[in-house]
Amino acid sequence: MTETKQRSFPTIEFTDSEAGALEFPSSTSRAYNYYKPAKLRATMYEDVTVDVQPDPERHLSQGWIYGFGDGPGGYPKEWTAAESSNWHAFLDPNEEWDQTIYRNNSAVVHQVDLCLQNAKRARAYDSWNPAWLKFIERNLGAWMHAENGLALHVFTSIQRSGPTNMINTAVAVNAAHKMRFAQDLALFNLDLSEADVPFDGAAHKEVWHSAPEWQPTREVVERLTAVGDWCELLFATNIVFEQLVGSLFRTELVMQIAARNGDYITPTIVGTGEYDYDRDLGYTRNLFRLLTRDAEYGESNKALFGEWLTTWVPRCLDAAHALQPIWSQPAEKSVTFASSLDAAKQKFRSLLEDLGLDSPKELDQ
Amino acid sequence: MSRQSLTKAHAKITELSWEPTFATPATRFGTDYTFEKAPKKDPLKQIMRSYFPMEEEKDNRVYGAMDGAIRGNMFRQVQQRWLEWQKLFLSIIPFPEISAARAMPMAIDAVPNPEIHNGLAVQMIDEVRHSTIQMNLKRLYMNNYIDPAGFDMTEKAFANNYAGTIGRQFGEGFITGDAITAANIYLTVVAETAFTNTLFVAMPDEAAANGDYLLPTVFHSVQSDESRHISNGYSILLMALADERNRPLLERDLRYAWWNNHCVVDAAIGTFIEYGTKDRRKDRESYAEMWRRWIYDDYYRSYLLPLEKYGLTIPHDLVEEAWNRITNKGYVHEVARFFATGWPVNYWRIDAMTDKDFEWFEGKYPGWYSKYGKWWENYNRLAYPGRNKPIAFEEVGYQYPHRCWTCMVPCLIREDMVTEKVDDQWRTYCSETCYWTDAVAFRGEYDGRPTPNMGRLTGFREWETLHHNKDLADIVQDLGYVRDDGKTLIGQPHLDLDDPKKLWTLDDVRGNTFMSPNVLLNEMSDAEREAHVAAYRANGTTAA
Repeated sequence: MTETKQRSFPTIEFTDSEAGALEFPSSTSRAYNYYKPAKLRATMYEDVTVDVQPDPERHLSQGWIYGFGDGPGGYPKEWTAAESSNWHAFLDPNEEWDQTIYRNNSAVVHQVDLCLQNAKRARAYDSWNPAWLKFIERNLGAWMHAENGLALHVFTSIQRSGPTNMINTAVAVNAAHKMRFAQDLALFNLDLSEADVPFDGAAHKEVWHSAPEWQPTREVVERLTAVGDWCELLFATNIVFEQLVGSLFRTELVMQIAARNGDYITPTIVGTGEYDYDRDLGYTRNLFRLLTRDAEYGESNKALFGEWLTTWVPRCLDAAHALQPIWSQPAEKSVTFASSLDAAKQKFRSLLEDLGLDSPKELDQ
Repeated sequence: MSRQSLTKAHAKITELSWEPTFATPATRFGTDYTFEKAPKKDPLKQIMRSYFPMEEEKDNRVYGAMDGAIRGNMFRQVQQRWLEWQKLFLSIIPFPEISAARAMPMAIDAVPNPEIHNGLAVQMIDEVRHSTIQMNLKRLYMNNYIDPAGFDMTEKAFANNYAGTIGRQFGEGFITGDAITAANIYLTVVAETAFTNTLFVAMPDEAAANGDYLLPTVFHSVQSDESRHISNGYSILLMALADERNRPLLERDLRYAWWNNHCVVDAAIGTFIEYGTKDRRKDRESYAEMWRRWIYDDYYRSYLLPLEKYGLTIPHDLVEEAWNRITNKGYVHEVARFFATGWPVNYWRIDAMTDKDFEWFEGKYPGWYSKYGKWWENYNRLAYPGRNKPIAFEEVGYQYPHRCWTCMVPCLIREDMVTEKVDDQWRTYCSETCYWTDAVAFRGEYDGRPTPNMGRLTGFREWETLHHNKDLADIVQDLGYVRDDGKTLIGQPHLDLDDPKKLWTLDDVRGNTFMSPNVLLNEMSDAEREAHVAAYRANGTTAA
């Protein structure tokens, strides 16, 4: 007979340590009191985000205690040429935090997964015409590289550099969107490779790397990753590139023509990327509107953003024009490149107007 | 998703990367390490399609438990002794978590391996999850626990408190300096692989024993992400090991990272577990016993030691010295006594120790009573205002300690204190290793080679300097550690909330002038300083 070891466990003690058990100074102080919420009552988002990244200009009394070999540590405001009289005024309109990130992206994942399962069950790819298969193989295949590059080397990178937790967290979520979307496109590519249709799942690499129509786009993406100023990087990507190249390809081409080519799968997947960008443009617009309307720095910021437009608009327009041949590739050509580009330009102008920025002359050429 | 499908999916995802030809990503954060010869090491496979639903499921469990805790009146049985320390811990930890997210692009910049880039970007999102889920836990405590003071000013207090600054290294260290030193060795190879065991496993275990089952719910959920992070770190470590030129840097960084983690984490978590608990069962593991299991056996013997087969010199001496400090030199007990000495400038209350506590400590750490018992009896005797000053200003045989310039925990093992003039300033260090960290490791040259990317120690590193020669009441008011009646202190040296007369106010602490040990040290003549340091070091005695 084996000896039974005496069990040992902590005892429960009723301590009456609930809120309201006693009245004493601060016994009802049940709101974070070190920041002023945007409205009367603090949101969950504000409570879990504001001031988690300290700032010597707010409460951080000892300053940053580690520095880089060639400069101060922490989150120096000098890491961008843009200026703000209060960076902390920016709040993410999407109010992203733990629960929203996983709920939203999980819902998207389920939607995409269901869509792809249904496609297999219905043998949806069997009815695609060869031209459309080729279009998806080459062009959506190329595009997923752009999404992935932006995820890892633009948005993930930016979120180290912004001067507040609100900015950096919004951008981190943007990175997650891009990475998930890029992977969804890649796994869609894998499904098509495994379907009984003529689809070369490896063709995307050569197209992205060498096809003339995609090289200016790849060039812009690579040039974006080389930008050191985090604010310029965000502006050039979400305001310029996404409008003139990203939305041109996704919104004005793929979303418009897929159904007419017998494809109800691609718009469902690309639509999730569109939804992501809509949310991500929301925070980006708020941030840059804050900067252009800044009482102290608004005018200098506008001049700065004008310079950034001068740099990035021509590059993105070059990329857009280079893509023109792909409008001719599908069997059903329901939109023209000219109409798509006009629509993209129009939305871009509207966005710039919203930010209080002049449209660059290149847009009219 | 089946294993085969996962492998195929992962292989497909790796096709997304490419070698740039027009421009290469900006190197915002440099490293002195080199990866030219590094083989590509594959981290744990993770794709977003399975990642998001998995994490959502984990979240559902966490938030369900939170609802349950409130419905089940968890706070009827929470020990205040325990939850008060959470005001400090939960003010600190969301910053290291979010810093870990911010550190990921540093590692991505430094390591030319696209497969690791994916894993690091997923880790970034994990860390946003951890930071915000922990902030939310704290919010729940603030809303439902009897005394919300301290929780209500949490991030401000973290940013202006002496203990918050100690904890802030465990965050700033992830995001500053050499990208590999910070984001790989310090963050992943040491902090996450070794010390999250005590942070996120051992400590929640103690929380449960004190009636709080939400801390384990949240932190075990956090810890379940760590295995992927550990995998990321190990992959990069193996890549770094492939180049002989990295070896001196790896050995430097392992020494710095190990020692700093020990100084900071063991100080905090050791105190929370040993002095924040009411569970004094004789067979309840002490922090030293937990450390032996989680750090010494699980990390040092199972993770660090096998690295020797790659020819890496492991800091055996520092592992043994950390163990020695915890078991023989009273490190945790000294830290707890220091925190309790500073109670007026805390934003949490610290309970007195009782005979039951004394007995437990003596059983676990023989000789404890002879070294610390009398002081805690004095702490109890001086707990209420009216007839005495705060204990720091009473004669109880305790000299307010010098601050370690490097780890910023005071030089509590007094015989080990190092005093040197560095960068034209007399500085004190808790140990030879902390001196080495400042004077040798965090410099632009190491062992005869340029290390331009290595970080620097900056800032107002001695908290006391900021408050030198000020009245204690003014300091407390400046810090904002005052309750909503405008006079009662948030920090109290007891847990009695039922009698207002027992609560210290600004008036009760006024008239005591606070002096910075470092300012005074630098004002001394050489002879005065030598005598002072000799006396300070002689005051330290090793626990029997």
